Amino acid sequence: MDEFSAAPRLAIALLLSLDRDLVAIVGLSLAVSLSAVALAAIIGLPIGAAIAVWRFPGRAAVVALLNALMGLPPVVVGLALYLLLSRAGPLGELGLLFTPTAMVIAQCVLVTPIIAALTQQTVADLHEEYDEQLRSLGVGPARAIGTLLWDGRVSLVTAILAGFGRAIAEVGAVIIVGGNINRVTRVMTTTIALETSKGNLALALALGLILIVLVLAVNIAALMLRNAAKHAMG
Amino acid sequence: MSTAEQAGRPTILPLVVEKVCFDIGGTRLIDGITCTIAPGTRTIVLGPNGAGKSLLLRLCHGLLQPSAGQVIWAGSAAQTARRQQAMVFQRPVLLRRSAAANITYALSVRGVPRRERKRLVAEALELAGLSPLAQRAARVLSGGEQQRLALARAWALRPQVLFLDEPTANLDPSATHAVETLLDRIHQSGTTIVMTTHDLGQARRLASDVLFLHRGRLIEHAPAAVFFTKPQSAEAAAFLAGRLLW
Repeated sequence: MDEFSAAPRLAIALLLSLDRDLVAIVGLSLAVSLSAVALAAIIGLPIGAAIAVWRFPGRAAVVALLNALMGLPPVVVGLALYLLLSRAGPLGELGLLFTPTAMVIAQCVLVTPIIAALTQQTVADLHEEYDEQLRSLGVGPARAIGTLLWDGRVSLVTAILAGFGRAIAEVGAVIIVGGNINRVTRVMTTTIALETSKGNLALALALGLILIVLVLAVNIAALMLRNAAKHAMG
Repeated sequence: MSTAEQAGRPTILPLVVEKVCFDIGGTRLIDGITCTIAPGTRTIVLGPNGAGKSLLLRLCHGLLQPSAGQVIWAGSAAQTARRQQAMVFQRPVLLRRSAAANITYALSVRGVPRRERKRLVAEALELAGLSPLAQRAARVLSGGEQQRLALARAWALRPQVLFLDEPTANLDPSATHAVETLLDRIHQSGTTIVMTTHDLGQARRLASDVLFLHRGRLIEHAPAAVFFTKPQSAEAAAFLAGRLLW
């Protein structure tokens, strides 16, 4: 297996040369996934917390559904969005198909349930501990959600990281709605898929290594942030 | 002068508990309790484990709704009366922010104007002897400091009634002493105290009145001096003599 020995050297060479195509691909990967995760956090955090705090009929079913949605197959999401966004589709007017925006939407759809479900678990645990005290102080449900999210912030970083891991590593959805167009919608995972199918296994592996290093770097940064916060606030 | 009169608020006392029952899953845990809590008293709720002490407190405070009977606050609806009460729990629930910010939070929830909060926070921390720890993260304080902070937070709201559920159960003697001293000061400021404990020595030190519960029923409600010297019921006598009661 020459590819395995060639891959690390190629990866380092690619990184050192700051190849313009590579920089563009890595940049777009990060831009798309970080935007998707930011959007998913804005939607998923309050939804997860609300489900944890509000008691309503059918709540158990909603929690089960949310947990199931964590395993949503990316290709199916990609296909559904493709149908919605294609020229003939209901949202075709927007002209979003094969744009980075479509990729952000696709990853956001995949990540939101992950963030919401993990938030629901974290906030539900916290709510159990805080509920009586908050009610005693006269805190209403809306304010309780904000308070619980803020107090769960250290654990919620993990939920957001899980979402980021899913987004950056996912290929099925972005390849369908993005189309893997060179310099437009080509990201790391779609490039890896393409290079593999072309037989450039060493290049594909090298890109894979860079992807892993990238994910690792983001996780380490978030973990350091988390530890600093934990140290400061208990 | 009570806290209420100082602030010109209508008093919510006496508190009348009328034939209050509380059931869970068909089991009657509180069985027809009727009593009156007078203003200015320090009522200690006594009884063996499972007697319903904590439940009674939560029913009075409105955290639980009675299955039957009612909790009546003088001249106010339950909603307005709630704003004149505070409760401290066995395990203090402090938010992940500084000691001072914990008190500020409670004040802002109650709608205390921003400009007044700073003074009230400083006063409460001072009373609890926590001023030097104001900016420390609440969650890293010691157990005793955390409970004093919970008391300071409660007092900052100037409640007419303060409920305490076994506030010193997890504390060592010196931390317990600090909490009891603080309770004294809070009572002196005009707050009526209703507290559960299973520590008889503590009850003797603090009580002006005793509510003695056994198996969800109110067995005795008497001034402390009477209860501790001449208990009227066999159960209370046995409990005071340190005999096992269940």
